[in-house]
Amino acid sequence: MENVSFSYGKAPTLSKVNLHVDRGDFVGIVGPNGSAKTTLLKLMVGLLKPDEGSIKLFGQSIDDFRDYQRIGYISQNVREFNIMFPATVEEVVGAEINARRSIFSRTKEEDKDRIYEVLQRVEMIDYKKQKVGSLSGGQKQRIFIARALINNPEILFMDEPLVGVDLDSQNKFYSLLDRLKEDYNITIVMVSHDIGVISEKVNRLFCLSNGRVYDHDLTKDIHGANILEDLYGKNVRLLFHKH
Amino acid sequence: MLSYEFMRRSLIMGIMIGIVAPSVGYFLVLRRQSVIGDTLSHVALSGAAFGMLTNSYPIFTAIIFTVIASLGIEGLRKKFKHYAELSLSIILSAGIGLASILISLGNTQGVLSYLFGSLSLVSSEEILLFTLLSVLIIGTIIFLYNKMFYITFDEESAYLAGLSTNRINIFFSILVALTIAISMRIVGVLLISSLMVLPVAASILIAKSFKSGLVYSLLFGVVSVIIGLTLSYYLNLATGGTIVLSALAILLIVIMFQSIKKPKNTF
Ligand SMILES: Nc1ncnc2c1ncn2[C@@H]1O[C@H](COP(=O)(O)OP(=O)(O)O)[C@@H](O)[C@H]1O
Ligand SMILES: [Mg+2]
Repeated sequence: MENVSFSYGKAPTLSKVNLHVDRGDFVGIVGPNGSAKTTLLKLMVGLLKPDEGSIKLFGQSIDDFRDYQRIGYISQNVREFNIMFPATVEEVVGAEINARRSIFSRTKEEDKDRIYEVLQRVEMIDYKKQKVGSLSGGQKQRIFIARALINNPEILFMDEPLVGVDLDSQNKFYSLLDRLKEDYNITIVMVSHDIGVISEKVNRLFCLSNGRVYDHDLTKDIHGANILEDLYGKNVRLLFHKH
Repeated sequence: MLSYEFMRRSLIMGIMIGIVAPSVGYFLVLRRQSVIGDTLSHVALSGAAFGMLTNSYPIFTAIIFTVIASLGIEGLRKKFKHYAELSLSIILSAGIGLASILISLGNTQGVLSYLFGSLSLVSSEEILLFTLLSVLIIGTIIFLYNKMFYITFDEESAYLAGLSTNRINIFFSILVALTIAISMRIVGVLLISSLMVLPVAASILIAKSFKSGLVYSLLFGVVSVIIGLTLSYYLNLATGGTIVLSALAILLIVIMFQSIKKPKNTF
């Protein structure tokens, strides 16, 4: 992403953003509410078009990019997923495979196997006939990951997947990501509001503030205080406390 | 009552509407766009009034008006990208404003039956037209079912999966427009959107899967229409109102049935 600027109206939402994600990276995107984290992610996957600058996915300009199977995207909307929405786990995870075939051809065995395989990978196979709305926050999140994994993507974009998910499920979630990275060397870009937790997990952190992006390579320098300063201004103090 | 030709025809029409309206309404409700039904039915009224004024076939002019309006909504939605609901209010205002002016221009006595629906004689040409349209609507829904499920569930992901979401949305708006046009004769424009919403509301209370939700919706829709038409015939009540109140009764029964089934689930 080079020199990317974007605005919804008159005021610039993002200005002259440069960033780069390497294969195998685990990137965290943090920043206060309204700091354009979601906007940045949508630009990255091509849901929004930049006013200026260029965005490339796998070295290819996003305007020509059609290889959508290589990316997985979990929007922040799914977190507002209506619990009344009538859909089973199987239907949701199979949505993409099914959308590509006509209603007249029966679900192929291999498609079914594929659905069960990703459900197994997120340890939700026992829930395949359940209504998604009846699951807990953490379980729902794993269903949405399964849905995004259905194409074996090389990179996974997630927008605040852990809001409303309890601590236990959060840990499970991170170990699932670890396994995905180990087994498939999948690149992960994840927006989070919880800088404390995510900075321990990622190898790279983009901090968003006032339309600018601060890039921190956490394998080289871990200066938590600097990050917070960039993010929330100079008058932030770090408070260490024990529970 | 089936020995009367007009009643038999009304019932055939009613069953088609009972299938079509909730099926289309199902997707509208789940996408939180049920207001589109209200908006387009007001436009349909102005279309029908225009037809009466110009001595052309009101349903035909209503179809033209609603299809144009549904395309207008999609267009305005892009214009007001960040305030998409505004496009509905704009079209609704245009529809109701135009309708009231056209009605006031006179020669539109029949307009009341389009407002509340009626059991007047449906010609066999109309039956043919409505059957064709219903088959077209249901056929499109079946054909696009998997894609529409994905778009309904998560439009952004569907777009990223390479689905032509814009084109499917336009197709779908046209389906809504056609549904309203064929429903207005019997149910009336003021009540169509209720028939698109009430059976769906009952259905999503009990459905476990997307497919069963769709089936329950049209099942409740057909039952409401049959009960409504029968009661309306024997008790001489307004047709559209009786149908909608039957749908409401079904919804209440489902709610009651649910609270009996799991009494512990109180908030
Ligand atoms: N669809 C939109 N229309 C207009 N402004 C928007 C829209 N979406 C977001 N914004 C504005 O852009 C800014 C960044 O939003 P967002 O990317 O959602 O932030 P975050 O995800 O970090 O909370 C906010 O000030 C928000 O009000
Ligand atoms: Mg956000």
